[in-house]
Amino acid sequence: MSKEELEKKSMEALLRIAGVWYEQMKAGEIPSISLPTRTKYNIEFDDASEVWKYGDKESMRTAASAKSATHLLKMAYVIGFIKQQLIENRSSTLREMYYISEGWKRAKFGAQDESNFLIEDLEILSDVPREGFHLHPEENGASIYGPMRIREETRRGMKTLHCQDDVGQAGYTIPNNVENIELVDHDAKFVIAIETGGMYDRLIENGFDEDHHAILVHLKGQPARSTRRMLNKISMAWDLPVMVFTDGDPWSYRIYASVAYGAIKSAHMSEILATPRSQFLGLQPSDIRDYNLPSDKLTEKDTEALKSELTDPRFATDYWKKQISLQLEMNLKSEQQAFAARGLDFVTKKYLPARLSEMGII
Amino acid sequence: MVLAEDLAKQQRSISVAEFFEKNKHLLGFDSPTRGVITTIKEAVDNSLDACEEAQVLPDIFISIKKVSNEVFRIIVEDNGPGIVPAQVPFVFGKLLYGSRFHQIRQTRGQQGIGISAAVLYAQLTSGVPTIVISRTGAKESARRFEILIRIETNEPDIVSEQPFEWDRIHGTRVQIEFKSTMTAKKKLLEYLRYTSVVNPHARFRIELDEESFTFERVSQEVIDCPVAIQPHPHGIEFGQLKRMAAQSDLRIADFLVESFSRVGRKSAQEICERSGIKGTLKVNGLSSDALKKLLTAMQDTAVPAPPATQCLSPIGEDLIRRGLEKEFQMDFVAARTRPSSVFSGHSFMVEAAIGYGGRLPAEGNAILLRFANRVPLMYQQGACAITECVTGINWKVYNIPQQGGFPTGPVLILVHVASTNVPFTSESKDAIAGIAEIEKEITLALQDLGRELKNFVSRRDRSKLADDRARAVCAIIPEIAEKVSSIVEKPLVDTSAIEGKLMHKLIAKKAGRDGNVIIELNNYTAQDAEVTVYEISPDTAADAVPKADFTSEADGQFTKVWKVRIPPREVRRISYSGKGGGILEIRGIEDAKKMVVDLDV
Repeated sequence: MSKEELEKKSMEALLRIAGVWYEQMKAGEIPSISLPTRTKYNIEFDDASEVWKYGDKESMRTAASAKSATHLLKMAYVIGFIKQQLIENRSSTLREMYYISEGWKRAKFGAQDESNFLIEDLEILSDVPREGFHLHPEENGASIYGPMRIREETRRGMKTLHCQDDVGQAGYTIPNNVENIELVDHDAKFVIAIETGGMYDRLIENGFDEDHHAILVHLKGQPARSTRRMLNKISMAWDLPVMVFTDGDPWSYRIYASVAYGAIKSAHMSEILATPRSQFLGLQPSDIRDYNLPSDKLTEKDTEALKSELTDPRFATDYWKKQISLQLEMNLKSEQQAFAARGLDFVTKKYLPARLSEMGII
Repeated sequence: MVLAEDLAKQQRSISVAEFFEKNKHLLGFDSPTRGVITTIKEAVDNSLDACEEAQVLPDIFISIKKVSNEVFRIIVEDNGPGIVPAQVPFVFGKLLYGSRFHQIRQTRGQQGIGISAAVLYAQLTSGVPTIVISRTGAKESARRFEILIRIETNEPDIVSEQPFEWDRIHGTRVQIEFKSTMTAKKKLLEYLRYTSVVNPHARFRIELDEESFTFERVSQEVIDCPVAIQPHPHGIEFGQLKRMAAQSDLRIADFLVESFSRVGRKSAQEICERSGIKGTLKVNGLSSDALKKLLTAMQDTAVPAPPATQCLSPIGEDLIRRGLEKEFQMDFVAARTRPSSVFSGHSFMVEAAIGYGGRLPAEGNAILLRFANRVPLMYQQGACAITECVTGINWKVYNIPQQGGFPTGPVLILVHVASTNVPFTSESKDAIAGIAEIEKEITLALQDLGRELKNFVSRRDRSKLADDRARAVCAIIPEIAEKVSSIVEKPLVDTSAIEGKLMHKLIAKKAGRDGNVIIELNNYTAQDAEVTVYEISPDTAADAVPKADFTSEADGQFTKVWKVRIPPREVRRISYSGKGGGILEIRGIEDAKKMVVDLDV
């Protein structure tokens, strides 16, 4: 979708929402909106697109209490604000919008969270990503290092970069609007998405990208929308498998899940944010056992999170059931950098080649 | 045996006064600050008891003045019946001298230690004799005494006694000077306020150095003075029985009927049979062993409970409520007087009240007011059975948060235990001992009140919900309409239809806009509404359309009154130039059918 098409779609969708309210009030009805329930109990697997999306459960928000009415009022103000932004061709960050709302009296936001949620609601209602509202996130995406070339439309003109030859040793930084990037060409066999900066640096230093024709992506913990969008784009455009390499604890499995299936918070955007072809590389609970890695005991919260994952539809496979049960049984967790205990080269020379060939990648 | 003889030389009897000199804490004189409160407490207790006996409405004046660096002069004056001159020295100058010790009825003071202990304390710390003025009636003249206590013998030492010109017809005034501090001022005022809560028929005037306070009476009715009753066979101890037996020349069966409450011929006969002693024997001829058998038989025989109505004087639910309402601003008060009950042969009665909301502190532990025989218990809260009962209740059941056992939030709990013999944990009378029968009654009363409070709070929450809805419909939806209309670029949508559909009420809205104040009255009911609009604000509304029917001014606030008739489904508007603010009230229509919304809030 071109920029102009997206803007047109977004304007139409927003005016439609306001139009519905207008007609409701004209008919003497209390204005209301209905939104999918945003919990893990209401996400379903979509066979066509192979991602997890919101199910049929909807909750109705009617302006019949002061709280709900205020919510709708805020939404109306945000719609008015976005409309103006689209007309004037300007953009702002979510945080800027939060500060702008200071002047909206009763409709002003109490906290940044509230404005974030509201924008997500509008994305769901309009089926337009926030980029279409000219709103962009505060944080930058993470970095990429590997045999690929991109063309980026920057505010200072068009730039073409090779992500090994034209960048420093930290790699290429993913901008917050990935729609402005064009993927030119590559010489890669697969992508490894890595949770920690330490492991990302280790792989670059050991030349893993060159030895194995790998694109390395640093996730920086829970990946930002732009990072996930970039992974989705690379995987789609070049048909490359994406291997997710994280720590071996329940929180890291959620990082994998959000890359592979989308996050519960953004299930409405799963089609463009999730990478269904991604696979979990490690660190697997069975690795802790097989490689006898240095480990820590699970905390109460870890155990709770693991148990909750057992009921999460995104982990409802035999593989995950086995791994999570094993981990609960061992009561242990390890960080990916624990491989250093076996020497600095162990991860690139032994573990990854073994695991990748086991998975049929190399 | 030289040692024993040496020791014998040192052994001698100890006077009560001497004993208390060494054990001041037993009577509540353990610190100078506490001494002030104890003294005033004892004097006030005596005054209230005396007024009750004389059936007069108590007017009690209390003054505390600093005389020198450390010495304070305390005066307590009442309009009671006065004390006959011959008795004055004994009442104030002899420990353990009193009229109520041997009586079985509810009184504040019991042992006759209190006020004379204060006299003793004064004499020990400042050396100044206590001055007592008393007058027993219009025909008698008042007399002024200066009294000390002879510590070795526990006898009064009258320093001087003379006639006195006094404007009171009857009453007593006691003036005591002792070393103290006023650090407990807050506690003292608290004590007097609480006393006033449970004695709503009394008026207290207090002068504290330069400040003065008044706790006004809310009831003009003299409370019935409890009548003494005879001891109950279940509530008597051996010593007392022995004394009574020695003073009687009746036969045992007659003695039991005459000297005890609720013992009839039949019960007397049963007691005699049980004890194996002939009822025809003279009681004063019984041996100690026989008396012990008799006592056991008395306690084993079923005898009806003592007659509580005469000997106890509960405050009553209505007066507790009024007493609390005058001293605390609360949204809700409920009180309970439980039926009388008995422990070990002593009658008792529990009264309780719960207050909620208003000006009570919104956070922290609930305020707990403990009383025994209308006297506030100010110390040792933690050791008291009342506290135990309060913390033992699961308040969460009544939707009241609870922390460490204590209910929290804007809650006030009052518990009053009235008894012919309040079981205190010690002589300083600060805490009630844990007697199962009493605890059960307290718990039942509080649970009952908890349920009532829960109902109140949930009712209030429901009406809050209705208010919330009204706010949404009347104030926020019009704003949504304004914004949405401008987004879709269509004429402003009218939301009054939504209001009417939802509310079926008379809705009054007030808004200040661009220097104008507009009051809009929408009648969504099916009937004509004839209402009076009251508005109080700093605006004069001189240019009001329509003109106000009546206007008055007080302290820069103008009260405007309009009489308006609105047919069903019609609107009336009042507008004038002004800043807005203030209060809007609609009268002449029932609460359920009206809604007042201030759009500027």
